[in-house]
Amino acid sequence: MGIRFDAVTVAYDGNVVLDALDLTVAPGEVMALLGPSGSGKTTALRAVAGFVRPASGRVFLGDRDVTDLPPHRRGIGMVVQQYALFPHMRVEDNVAFGLKARKVPRAEIRTRVAEALEMTGMGAYARRHPRELSGGQQQRVAIARALAIRPDVLLLDEPLSALDAQLRSGMLAELARLHRELPDVSILYVTHDQVEALTLADRIAVMDKAKLRACGTPRELYRAPTDEFTASFVGGANLLPVTVGATGVRLGEAELKADTAGAAVGARATLCVRPHLVGLGEGPNRLTGTLSEIQWRGATHRLYVEVDGHRVMADLRELRDPPGLGDEVTLHFAPDDAVLLPAGVGHD
Amino acid sequence: MTEAVREVRAVRGRPGAPGGSRRPSTAPRPSATRLLWALPPVALLALVFLYPLALVVQQSFQPDTGGTSVQPYADVFASEAFREALWTTVWLALGSTAGCLVLGFALALVIAFVPFPGARAVSRFIDVFLSFPSFLITLALLFIYGTVGMANGLWTDVTGAAEGPFQFLTTPWGVLLAEITYFTPFVMRPLLAAFSQLDTAQLEAASSLGARAPRIIRQVVLPEALPALAAGGSLVLVLCLNEFGIVLFTGAKGVTTLPMLVYGKAILESDYPGACVVAVVNVLISVGLYGLYRVVSRRAGA
Ligand SMILES: Nc1ncnc2c1ncn2[C@@H]1O[C@H](COP(=O)(O)OP(=O)(O)O)[C@@H](O)[C@H]1O
Ligand SMILES: [Mg+2]
Repeated sequence: MGIRFDAVTVAYDGNVVLDALDLTVAPGEVMALLGPSGSGKTTALRAVAGFVRPASGRVFLGDRDVTDLPPHRRGIGMVVQQYALFPHMRVEDNVAFGLKARKVPRAEIRTRVAEALEMTGMGAYARRHPRELSGGQQQRVAIARALAIRPDVLLLDEPLSALDAQLRSGMLAELARLHRELPDVSILYVTHDQVEALTLADRIAVMDKAKLRACGTPRELYRAPTDEFTASFVGGANLLPVTVGATGVRLGEAELKADTAGAAVGARATLCVRPHLVGLGEGPNRLTGTLSEIQWRGATHRLYVEVDGHRVMADLRELRDPPGLGDEVTLHFAPDDAVLLPAGVGHD
Repeated sequence: MTEAVREVRAVRGRPGAPGGSRRPSTAPRPSATRLLWALPPVALLALVFLYPLALVVQQSFQPDTGGTSVQPYADVFASEAFREALWTTVWLALGSTAGCLVLGFALALVIAFVPFPGARAVSRFIDVFLSFPSFLITLALLFIYGTVGMANGLWTDVTGAAEGPFQFLTTPWGVLLAEITYFTPFVMRPLLAAFSQLDTAQLEAASSLGARAPRIIRQVVLPEALPALAAGGSLVLVLCLNEFGIVLFTGAKGVTTLPMLVYGKAILESDYPGACVVAVVNVLISVGLYGLYRVVSRRAGA
């Protein structure tokens, strides 16, 4: 069953925190809702779960308009950052809670609890209380509890952000596996972490300031972002203010080759280049400036180079002989690796 | 908790530590100081509380005929009035406590979870209510339901009858009503504190799993509220066992509780040994029931 937002607007005390959201999550699809803190992601998710009432617009699950349905009648699985397990219940009773509420026959409850715990690798912990589990284990139980009711729609609100980095990447792989095992479940995955979104999602919806900025596959958003906010939030980007010419663009004095299709000559625009696609030394699109900062990141060096007053970032395979601060540095990038964006539309 | 205490002690003990090499003989001083500090409160407690209590117990073994015997106990236990007062006291206290727990839980649920304008004001008012004297509520009930109260006045005015229908205030039910009204906030206070600690994400999780309000209250809210219910309930139970003002002010002639019996024996009959016997029994029941309550609530995992 898919999820559809139809111009959903949510306001608190006249303060619009979700502005006419239009978004469709296909059946079986993983949609990441990605954006900085306060951009309205949780609000959108809670509108699906039924905990916030839209001021206007409708929410659909499949073909069913659920906007006026109370949460307990929506049949949605939900997992939140802080797990929200019932502390006085054993793991198995936590997982059985939804089944009992739905009056599932006793005998069936036992098998479905075991099944859900097995699926999340928590079978051995059925008799424990939540306080006897680690954070990662608690989150697995929360996921098992949500899956036990066999929802068609699973809502995940920053499910990994309370875990440490190592556990997080493990859980990310677990979530991907779970989705392969349950290919029909639509997942709305709220996160502010672009790595989680890029790793897990079939499509990413980028949110900023209560608005949907862009929506597409991770590859589309990464390779061909359509606005500045998306370009810098998903993957990081050099955003260079340029003027469109006949065969390329001008950045200050420098002439750069780029695909200018669709842009009017003389117009102002933004050239987006990923830092890891910038190389050191002479090349087709040459930028020369002074090195203002250099960071060693193990496998790579991150260089910050001031070019005509613009800071250009370059991620280079670890340099054997890195330049010093204040040195003149020449960078280049392939014309195909640059994307021309309309100026200043995205992030204001 | 114990760790914090240990830490405080460690910090307090520290002044001696750096000077350790200078005056090693002062090591046991802190414990002596602590004893000295403990002395005044213990002495005060003994003087104002334990000594009078001991006097009461002593008096209860000294019949008017002189000497020391258990005769006052035999006399009191044999009297019909005492046994009736004992029963009345216990069932009134248990009934009031049960009523307070049910009513307090329901009201606290509404105040904590049903958003309505003025919920905070109501919550404040409960704090103020706790400071009211207990007879005040009884007076208020008298104004409303008393023999010449508003309700009956309205009835007689409208129907022309000689008497109104509300005569329950002078019965045990009137006392029960007054005690429940007065003591319910004592249960609500700890409950509201507990509810404010409750994770709303748990309630939402339960709701999205398909549970309606009654199931959520029973299986998610109630277990979390048990310690608060136990605390409020045991307090109210003890307060009800010893309540005097409410019973006196309802003017219920037939309702004699143990404190009323003490009052009657001591002031009206000048039977001091008898009064002391009843008082001792009253204290024992309070302490006993309270202890039982604590044991039970600890067993329940509170
Ligand atoms: N119950 C609420 N009352 C008032 N404002 C709220 C409430 N919940 C969220 N907001 C506001 O709505 C905005 C979006 O919040 P949220 O959807 O939680 O953002 P995100 O999940 O993207 O961090 C924030 O500015 C937040 O302060
Ligand atoms: Mg959020």
